Order: sequence, then structure tokens, then C-alpha cells
Amino acid sequence: MPQSPAGTLTSQQKTSSRRPAGTLYRGREGMWSWVLHRITGVAIFFFLLVHILDTALVRVSPEAYNAVIAQYQTPLMGLGEVALVGAIVFHAFNGLRIILIDFWNAKYQKVMFYVVLGLWVVTMLAFVPRHLINVFSH
Amino acid sequence: MATTLEAPRSPYTRSTRKNGVNWEKWGWLYMRVSGVLLVVLIFGHLFVNLMVGEGVSALNFAFVSGKLADPFWQVWDVAMLWLALIHGGNGMRTLVNDYATAPLTRGILKSAILAAVVVLIVLGTLVVFTFDPCPAGANLADLNPQFCSAL
Ligand code: HEM
Repeated sequence: MPQSPAGTLTSQQKTSSRRPAGTLYRGREGMWSWVLHRITGVAIFFFLLVHILDTALVRVSPEAYNAVIAQYQTPLMGLGEVALVGAIVFHAFNGLRIILIDFWNAKYQKVMFYVVLGLWVVTMLAFVPRHLINVFSH
Repeated sequence: MATTLEAPRSPYTRSTRKNGVNWEKWGWLYMRVSGVLLVVLIFGHLFVNLMVGEGVSALNFAFVSGKLADPFWQVWDVAMLWLALIHGGNGMRTLVNDYATAPLTRGILKSAILAAVVVLIVLGTLVVFTFDPCPAGANLADLNPQFCSAL
């Protein structure tokens, strides 16, 4: 490594605040967005495994598929679907935030986290009432 | 003192293998490219299945027949299947790398992820392309009248 003469700061040292240089992931928005991204990612993955299996029942028989899909149409599962869609919407918007941090500018990562939360609220307001009406009026 | 310490924050020493493919880099890029595509595919999927009409309460075999008989939705669903499973499987691999320390555990977990991804991609792709909207012997009431009126 090229040694800088004593007393001269490298560009890395100049720009670093108290957090170690080069990480957004320690503390506050940067960390919590990562925690949520990870948890939602895992949850969606396990749902996807089950969801492909239940959909594969269309190849078994209409009766088998209809019997299993009816389980998704109960009030309890209706609430589960709200949680699932909430997880996917967060993961999707925060995923776009990660992409913008990597390819555009990390400076705005905090603002973008609040934009993600705002878009999440708007999307859920559009989805949840309509979905719950479908679930509870049938 | 024969060992030399690398200066902090210097790049990892790469293995001496020349012209090796940097798989981690391509995996990193794949997560981002597939992510953008998945936003479109999954939001469209959720909108059509949960928001249009009566949403979740309208889902049944007849509804799925209507979609899977259409090449547009076949391509949509298969693209979503491959992209999401590989994205999710690669993401799960990252978690195993982060949290599982014993080599044997890591090997078992990563093999399980790979097996699940491969089996489900094969199963899902076969289902989409071999789907029969009017299976013989089925109860007529369960079928989509648009496709199976001749029965
Ligand atoms: C809706 C569109 C999606 C977008 C925009 C998206 C975006 C991303 C991005 C950018 C990453 C970060 C990878 C990295 O840090 O190197 C990621 C990680 C991950 N994603 Fe997605 N993703 C989406 C859908 C999905 C789906 C459907 C699944 C499950 C099948 C999933 C599971 C995961 C997992 C398990 C991780 C690893 C989390 C971690 O390393 O902390 N994602 N996603």
C-alpha cells in the first residue's frame, strides 16, 4: 500500500466521520433497512416455495387445486396476505433503494429510506381496504 | 517476523487462479437486474390476482385456466418463477455465508437451497407448459366454460 507521508490525510481519512469509512450499514436508517430487507427476503422465499407447490396442484386436478386455494380465502389467511404483500412491497421498494445507492449516489440513502416508507404506506393504503373487503364480504 | 500484515482496507488478495470468473460479482449484479424485473413482474402478478375484480376470493381452477391458456401469462409466470427462485436462492446463500460457520452445516444448507431451487424451477416450468385447462374426467362445474364448452 502506498504510504502517505505523515501529516497528510488520505482522501478516505478526510471524508470519514466517526463511523468506519465505507459502510452505510451500521446504525439507524442504514441498518434497520438492511434488517427489514433481510427478514422480508427470507419470509418471501419460504412463501414462494409453498406457493409454487400449491399452484402445481392445477396439474393434479381442479378439485385438488380448489380445495387448497380455498384455504387462502379464509379471514385468517386474508390477514396473512396483508402481511405477505406488506413484506414484498417493502422488499421491492427498498431493493430499488439499494440499487440506487450502488449505481447512483449513497448520499441520499437516508432520504430514500423515508421515501421507501412513504411509498409503502401509499401502496398499502391502496391494497389493504380493497383486499379486506374481498376477504370479508365473501 | 516472516509474515507481512496487509494494510487495513487493502483489497482481499485474490487467488492466483488466472482468468477465473468472478462469480460473486455476477451474482451481485444478478440480484440487482433480477430485482428490477421482479418489481414489474410481481406487482403485475399481485395486481391482477388480488386487486382486479373480487381479488383473492375469485381465485380457483377456472381463473387459473384463463390465465395459463394465454401465452402472455405463460411467459410472465415462467420468467417470474426463474428470476425469483434464483434471486431468492442466491439471497439465502448469502445468509448461510453470514451465519453458518461450520463447513459441514454450510455445505448441507447450501445443497438444500440449491436442491429446492432446481426442483421447483423444473416443477413450475413443467406445470405452466403442460397445463390442461380441460382435464378428462373433471367435474364440469370446476372448469372454465370459455375453454371447455365442447366437453
Ligand atoms: C420485488 C422485487 C425485488 C427486488 C427489487 C429485490 C431486490 C433485492 C436486492 C437489491 C437485494 C440485495 C442483494 C445484495 O445486497 O447483494 C436483495 C436481496 C434478497 N432478496 Fe430480493 N428483491 C425482490 C424480490 C425478492 C423475492 C421475490 C425474493 C424471494 C424469493 C427475494 C429474496 C431475497 C433475499 C433472501 C435476499 C438476501 C437478503 C440479504 O442478503 O440480506 N427478493 N433483493
